[in-house]
Amino acid sequence: MKKMIRPCGLHCIKVNHLGVRFGEQVILEDINLHIHCGSINAIIGKNGAGKSTLIRAMLNDIPHTGKIEFKDHENGRLRKLKIGYVPQSINIEKNTPVSVYDLIAGYQCRFPVFLAKSRKVEEKIRQALDVFEAGEFMDRQVCNLSGGQLQRVLLAMAIMDEPNLLLLDEPVSGVDQNGMELFYRTMQYLKENFDLAIILISHDLDYVAKYADKVILLDKTILKEGSAKEVYESAPFGELFGVGELPGYVSKRR
Amino acid sequence: MLAYGFMRNALLAVLVITPLFGLLGTMIVSRKMAFFSDALGHSALTGIAVGVVMGCTDTDLSMLLFAVAFALLLNYISGRRESAADTVISVFSSCSVAVGLAVLSKGGNFSRYSSLLVGDILSITGREIGFLAVIFVLTVLFYAFCFNGLHAAGIHRTLAANRHIPVRLLENLFAVFVAVIVTLSIKWVGILIINALLILPAAAGQNLAENMREYHFFAVLFSVFSGVTGLFVSYYTNVAAGPTIVIFAGILYFATYFYAKKANG
Repeated sequence: MKKMIRPCGLHCIKVNHLGVRFGEQVILEDINLHIHCGSINAIIGKNGAGKSTLIRAMLNDIPHTGKIEFKDHENGRLRKLKIGYVPQSINIEKNTPVSVYDLIAGYQCRFPVFLAKSRKVEEKIRQALDVFEAGEFMDRQVCNLSGGQLQRVLLAMAIMDEPNLLLLDEPVSGVDQNGMELFYRTMQYLKENFDLAIILISHDLDYVAKYADKVILLDKTILKEGSAKEVYESAPFGELFGVGELPGYVSKRR
Repeated sequence: MLAYGFMRNALLAVLVITPLFGLLGTMIVSRKMAFFSDALGHSALTGIAVGVVMGCTDTDLSMLLFAVAFALLLNYISGRRESAADTVISVFSSCSVAVGLAVLSKGGNFSRYSSLLVGDILSITGREIGFLAVIFVLTVLFYAFCFNGLHAAGIHRTLAANRHIPVRLLENLFAVFVAVIVTLSIKWVGILIINALLILPAAAGQNLAENMREYHFFAVLFSVFSGVTGLFVSYYTNVAAGPTIVIFAGILYFATYFYAKKANG
């Protein structure tokens, strides 16, 4: 479990000329990103703009061109990038006897979860769950958790490996307004208390404006990046979303 | 009844096969591979047919090799996700069964192979039990080292790959294990019911368990219990052992289902 350290702001992650194609079809091309630790970066774009593909390419889950580098700002040394990933949903049906312990221990340790619980692993998992106030879920069945509860469990799991970069999708289904607020406040908390950068896919422009340090407008390639205000006022944004849709938070600030 | 050598052998065989099936069944159920293992059972016929055509004296070997190749092929094709896995499996399974039946029934000889359909555990020999025991030990070893990785990959492939779990390799290894175990026990359990013996104890275990430890405990317990009880009852009622065992596993499934329903309100 990571000690809570304030982000140093000295590391950065560089994505250089990343491209993805499925056969003849170009899904993403020439994506260049510069991400600092201690920042929330939101990817926005229409359906089919390649948001999820970008995440999967960064995870090395699909073939892609281009490079992802992780650098120390001070001396420019390259380091190994550890990525934490929070999927939107997992493949667990109703009535499946998988507890939160089983879920996390399956990824975190070698000792077969069907034989016995390992004290040491359990303690490690509890510490991570406690960060997200999810310690009480340890022995609950994963299939009985609500969307928001599962998200917290998955976040705890992602943080356990001390990642330098956290990739995730904003929760869409099964989370109400309060849940969304809670989700973004958790992101804020992570950003302030852990030494990592966050890239998230978002569908809610209001929350993005409120919480994201950097907004990336994606449609096959990066159309515009910058602060929420800069992006929302840009021409490509207007073309994609229509000016009328500007979220209240931004328009009020103008 | 244990005065008879064949009954002692059968009991020993049941005591080796059923816990093995209980253990594998849980993974098959959680990974939604029930249809996959069913197709593998059916492929045994084709494997024998291939052996007959190639003029092999030992059709067991051709059956085994064919099942392993078939399992890897199915894994590869469903991994490409061009169409739904169950459709793909169904297409390949029915084609291979058709080819197998066509070859084996040539010249009206199919009755020679019909014992495979229900199986006959009473004909198992000591050497064959030894062989199964070796497989049992190998499976336990495989589980000891690879269970968590497989379990994790079943829950989310990308997440597992992100944790440096060799997803492909583990999935293929598991498929090969299932293929080997299914073909080696098919003569004793029978093509028509082998899948029931894999799925039912795990499904019954799911009804009661809340975590992986309880799940595997119940699955193995139910599997062994229905195996031993089924064997004894089949002896006294003069019914084939395989189906009797499956009937007991089925009763356990429904009993646990209604118990769980009542307990959960």
